[in-house]
Amino acid sequence: MSVFKVFDVAGSGMSAQMLRLNTVASNLANADTISTNENDVYQARHPVFESVMQEQGEMGFSDGLATVRVREIVQEQTMAVPQYRPNHPLANDEGFVFSPAIDSIAEMADMISASRSYQNNVEVLSTAKEMMLRTLQLGQG
Amino acid sequence: MPVNFNNAFGIHDDALLLFERRTQLLSENIANADTPNYKARDIDFNQVLQQAQNDSVKLRTTNKGHINLSQQAFSSDVQYREVEQSAADGNTVDTQKEKAAFGENALRYQLSMNILTRKIKGLKTAFRGE
Repeated sequence: MSVFKVFDVAGSGMSAQMLRLNTVASNLANADTISTNENDVYQARHPVFESVMQEQGEMGFSDGLATVRVREIVQEQTMAVPQYRPNHPLANDEGFVFSPAIDSIAEMADMISASRSYQNNVEVLSTAKEMMLRTLQLGQG
Repeated sequence: MPVNFNNAFGIHDDALLLFERRTQLLSENIANADTPNYKARDIDFNQVLQQAQNDSVKLRTTNKGHINLSQQAFSSDVQYREVEQSAADGNTVDTQKEKAAFGENALRYQLSMNILTRKIKGLKTAFRGE
């Protein structure tokens, strides 16, 4: 029955958004991570979504359904921000420490967007569930 | 008068199939709201239902191996939504619009379901002859 596929689709959307939320959490948590070396600095991570068209032979619906998949997680290549803090235990010989260039505001906006999209998928799921429960009761009562 | 179940349920059994298909399409649009280059898809409901109703000349399926053509007709009418505001990543999903369409679709589904339930109730009463 094809209405069960709704759960696959919404579920894939939820897991993709959850992964996006995880990367946001990772980026925000590491926003103040400091390192001695310029190249060891944390780089912000972002998932790249892609839709997967699935071929579906039965019932004659051959155009398939489109679930979401995370194709890859890319790391930004931004320049680390040097800070002159000679008293810091991690400071290098010249007295500099390096912090990642993470845009906290953009990450927060991304977080809200991911959260809203997740909610949308949950709503789809619960509506589909209600519809199916109604179908089960067809002809009763 | 013979009871013909096809006539008894009117368009509602056809409509349910269509609603179900549309639920799936709209859920795909919502799930792919953040996917780059995804194009939103939908069915022109009125057009497809009209077509299904006008399809009075149906091929008879006299063998188990025969395929019911009226179901295949639904799949070929999936169209891409027109873009009103293009996004930089090539995505054409308008989440608000999709949610509204999804809600409307679910309500129509329940409406058809209610009508079917009532029709079945009526038939049951007729069978009992009380």
